[in-house]
Order: sequence, then C-alpha cells, then structure tokens
Amino acid sequence: MTFKTVLLGATAAMGLATGAMAQDDKTKVGFIYVGPVGDLGWTYQHDQGRLAVEEEYGDKVETVYVESVPEGPDAERVLTQMALQGADLIFTTSFGFMEATMNVAQKFPDVKFEHATGYQRADNVSTYSARFYEGRAVQGLIAGEMTESNIIGYIGSYPIPEVIRGINAAYIQAKKVNPEVEFRVVWAYTWFDPAKEAEAAKALIDAGADVILQHTDSTAPQAAAQEAGDVITFGQASDMLDYAPKPRVSSIIDNWNQYYIDRVGAVIDGTWESKDTWDGIDAGMVEIGEITDAVPAEVKEAALALKDAIASGEVHPFTGPLKKQDGSDWLAEGEVADDATLAGMNFYVEGLTGDIPQ
Amino acid sequence: MSNIDPILLLSAIIVVSTPILLAAIGELVVERAGVLNLGVEGMMITGAVCGFVVATATGSPWLGFAGAALGGALLSMVFGILTQLFLSNQVATGLALTLFGLGLSALLGQGYIGVKGPVVPDLYLPGLRDIPFLGPVMFRHDAMVYIALLIVALVWLFLNRTRAGRVLRAVGENHDAAHALGYKVVRLRLAAIAFGGACAGLGGAYLSLVRVPQWTEGMTAGAGWIALAIVVFASWRPGRLVLGAWLFGGATALQLALQASGGVQIPIEYLQMAPYLATILVLVILRAGRAPGSLGRPFHASS
Repeated sequence: MTFKTVLLGATAAMGLATGAMAQDDKTKVGFIYVGPVGDLGWTYQHDQGRLAVEEEYGDKVETVYVESVPEGPDAERVLTQMALQGADLIFTTSFGFMEATMNVAQKFPDVKFEHATGYQRADNVSTYSARFYEGRAVQGLIAGEMTESNIIGYIGSYPIPEVIRGINAAYIQAKKVNPEVEFRVVWAYTWFDPAKEAEAAKALIDAGADVILQHTDSTAPQAAAQEAGDVITFGQASDMLDYAPKPRVSSIIDNWNQYYIDRVGAVIDGTWESKDTWDGIDAGMVEIGEITDAVPAEVKEAALALKDAIASGEVHPFTGPLKKQDGSDWLAEGEVADDATLAGMNFYVEGLTGDIPQ
Repeated sequence: MSNIDPILLLSAIIVVSTPILLAAIGELVVERAGVLNLGVEGMMITGAVCGFVVATATGSPWLGFAGAALGGALLSMVFGILTQLFLSNQVATGLALTLFGLGLSALLGQGYIGVKGPVVPDLYLPGLRDIPFLGPVMFRHDAMVYIALLIVALVWLFLNRTRAGRVLRAVGENHDAAHALGYKVVRLRLAAIAFGGACAGLGGAYLSLVRVPQWTEGMTAGAGWIALAIVVFASWRPGRLVLGAWLFGGATALQLALQASGGVQIPIEYLQMAPYLATILVLVILRAGRAPGSLGRPFHASS
C-alpha cells in the first residue's frame, strides 16, 4: 500500500516535471479473450498473465481486456477498437483470432501483436504457444494406467493441429503402458460451452469411458464425471482444483505469466521483435497440476519421471517407431518428430479409430 | 452402432428432452389460448439464470426452480402487457422478448460464470427402479423429469376435461365469440402467457441446475426455438408433444452417442445437422395439424 503510494507520488512528480509526456509513456497492453475470465480454464490463465504484467510493471503499464469475443468478424472489430484507443501491444489469445489479428496488424503497423497458438507472423505479429502435448503425454500415461474399462474418452474442441497433437500424444503414452487401451473422441466444436461439454462427457461415460480427457475449457465435464462416480478427469488449461482429489486427478496448467512479462518488457525497452515461441515443461509454460492420492503411488512416480524426462529433453513424446493411422510410416526407430510436422499435424497415429472431421 | 447401449441411450433421451418438453408444454397452452409468443428462448435463458442465482444463494435447487418459474413468468408479462393491453404485434414482440431475455440474462449472470451450483439428487424410487429395462430407462432420474411429465398430463386433463380448459380453447379458436359469451379474453390470455413463461423458466433452469450444471451466457443454445417447433409438430396436442420432445432429444443424444461409440462412418456434421433438419421436415410434412383459429390475431373488445 505504502509502496504504491510512493510510486504514485513519484509518478505525479514526474508528471509535473514532464507535462503531458508522462501519460503517453505508459505502455498500453490489450488482451482479447475467447471465453469469460471466469471460465477457470484457458481464459482464466491468460488473465492471470495479464495480472502478472500489471504486478511486474505497476504504473508503467495499463492493461485492458475484452472477454468472450467470438472468433470471426467481431474479433476484428474489437481489435481495431483497441488499436485505435492507443494500445501498444495486443495479445490475441485464441487460434481462431488469427485472420483478424493479421488483418488488423496490417492496418496498424506501429501496434505490436502477439497471437497465441497460430502460425502466421508479420513484422509486427509474433506467435507463441505452449507445448501442451508434453503435458498430454503425462496425462496419457496416468489415463492408460488408471482405466479399467480400457476406454478413454476425449472431448475435442475443433479438429486443428493443436488438438490433434494432444490426442496423439496422450494416446501414444497410454498405449505404451496399456496395450488394450482405446480412445473415443467426441468433437464439441466449441472452446467453451458447458452445456455441450457436459453432454459430450455424459455420452462418453455412457459409452463406457472411465477416464475423460478434455480439450475444452469449462469445468462441466468434471462435474459430469463427479456425478457419474467412478470416472477420472484432468484439469484443462487451469488447475480446476475444485474437483480434486477426484474426479480431477491431475491437470495441465498453462502458465503465460513469464512470457507476458518478458514481451511487455521488450515493448517498454524497445527491443520487441517478431518471433515464434513454443515453450514446454522445461520453460515452465506448461505445468503439471498436483497428482492426487486417487492415483496409486507407483503410477504417480512414473508420471513424474516422464515429466522430468520430457523437461530435460531426454524423452520426446513423439519418438519413433510410429506409424500414421493409415499404416504408412511416419517416424523410424528413435527418430523424433520435427516442429514443422507437429505444428501442422492433421493425422492420427496408428491405433486411433475414427476420422478427423475435415 | 453396435456399441451403443440402448438402455443408456433411451435414458439419455428422456433427460435431454426434459427442458424442451417443459418449454413446449407452456407454449402449447399459450398458443391454445390464441397467442403466439416467440420469446420462448428468452424466457428459458432468463429462467436458467434466475434459477441458478437463487439456487446458489439459498443452496436449494428447489427454491432455484421456483425462482426460475417466477423469473420466466415475470418476463413473459412484459410480452403479455405489450401484446394484450397495448395490442402490439405478437411476432415482433416475441422476437424482441428473446433478444431482451438473452441480454438480461447475461447481465444478471455476471459473476456467476464458473461457479459451482448445488446438486440435484436423483429421485430414489424403490421397486420401480429395479424393473428390468424400464427401470433404468424411466425411473432413475431426478424429480424434474417426472414433474415435467406430470405437467403435461395435467395440461391434457385441463384442456380436455375441465370447464376452464374449454373456455381457454374457445378463446383461442374464436376470441370474438368467446368475448360475446362473456368470457374475459384478455385476462385469460395473460394467465396463459404467465403459465407459458413459468414453464419456459423451469426448462431453462433444468439446463443450468441439472444438465450442465453451471451458468453460461447463451447456454440454452436454441432450445427455445426447438420447443416452438415441437408445438407445431404435436399439432397443439399434449400427448404428441411428449413424442416430439423425445424425437428431438433423441436426435441430439444419438448424435453424441454415435460419436462416443467410436467407429462412426457418418460425418459428424450430418449428425449435428440432424435435429435441425428434422425440425424443418416436420414443419413441412405435418402441415395437417390445424392451428387454433385466433392464433396470433390481436383482440380488442371493441372489434
């Protein structure tokens, strides 16, 4: 409190000295979110990153955000408005904002953009993502060990590379520890719609799944699993600790804080450059939420060992020999998938059933 | 296909169809009274948010359902007063009510996104629940499933076996004649509209308190429009209404069950279209059903 008051006083003094300049020196950072801040999942974590930026830089930055922005023309409108209101840096935090980001970036070459999980860049557009598939591999191991029906349900959002990569990574690990395992994927065609997600989870449970993995952002599947009883789930994007120790036995947590602090810092210093960042467990961008006691000790140990091995680079979740779903060769013995293939992944690995909707 | 357990699928259908059944039975009464209220979606979503807010505040899902019914009925009175007293156009007012309800619910629901609501327990029916096949399909649900069916039965009784019900139908068939006979057309219609609002509210609350159970903006996702279609599908008869609701609920439940069963050969997009295609088909094929004579026509005692 007092510290803040001192800072405020200092800023006021500077303001007096330099006149209106002080106002303009404040770096304005905008965020657009695909869901509500209160989703306790994906968007919540991005907002935590925004708060971390405010904490780090205090009065040097001003942050604004718009939540629940639909992917499409609305996003472009919101972005344009943000840019017109003087934002210096804008984080667009969903894959579907890609086109809108590129279009608006072209119109405002002086504004810098950071697009999450995309692949198109420009001089003023960076991309960043986390290697969620590393966390998926750890989940896959736990899922494969824990399932008794050998049916694992997976709620997919949209059939895009990021989601397909997660399904493959989880399946490869699950299959490794449990050759009998079978994955059932339901596409919800939404990132955040508790009603649809709950229906999907229930359908999967009805089909015999006793483990549910989700790539959608609400806690509705957790609630459905809790109601069904003997079903386990994993927190997605955020910790979802409300549902621990069961059904939620672990989680993948996206931690954007450091990245956001670094990038805002770069704008303040004037060292910002367009680049592509893809960090995983080792950089702390992907965290594995606490594995609860519902998981046997030896499984927990194996999961943590895998996590450490991935972090140290000793193990890559996509290591050959691996074949594609149609039986064609993909990776030879010991070969590791390259980032370009992973970034554009549009195929299932051998053993997964069902088609990826085109 | 072979992987789908018919018992679980049928049981899912009954649950999935409950919210649309509730909303549709309310609208059926409204339309039998000669009023076309296209605001079902708006009243449902308002009921969903009112129910969730009351239930989390009090910890009682039953008070939540009561609050939802009240919220839906209050909102429907906006429509009632505008169309019955000020003689505004029913179609336009109904559409406006949907838009208004969606906005109002988003406002009321601020701060409730991601909040965990109270749990609605399944009703334990000893004996009945153990009947082979029928038990797991019909008798292992929460109380609202049975309340919805009970409301349908009571509406049928009311419309066909009571004097008040026949008066309501008379008002819907020919409001001038009913007025000439001394019946209070406007008062009766207002009561029917309030009942419709309350039922839609219950349907919405079933989504936010039982099905999901959480609050999200726009969570009814078109259920209100399906309810309107079911009323036409049922040719304004309560018995067929149940059938229609199960058919529509069935399309949704089957779509998910097929995906979850693995090895689906039909592209998912077709499955996701299915309920809406069914709606259109039903509307085209079942033109045979005759609508109440005064449906959607404005009434003024002077005319």
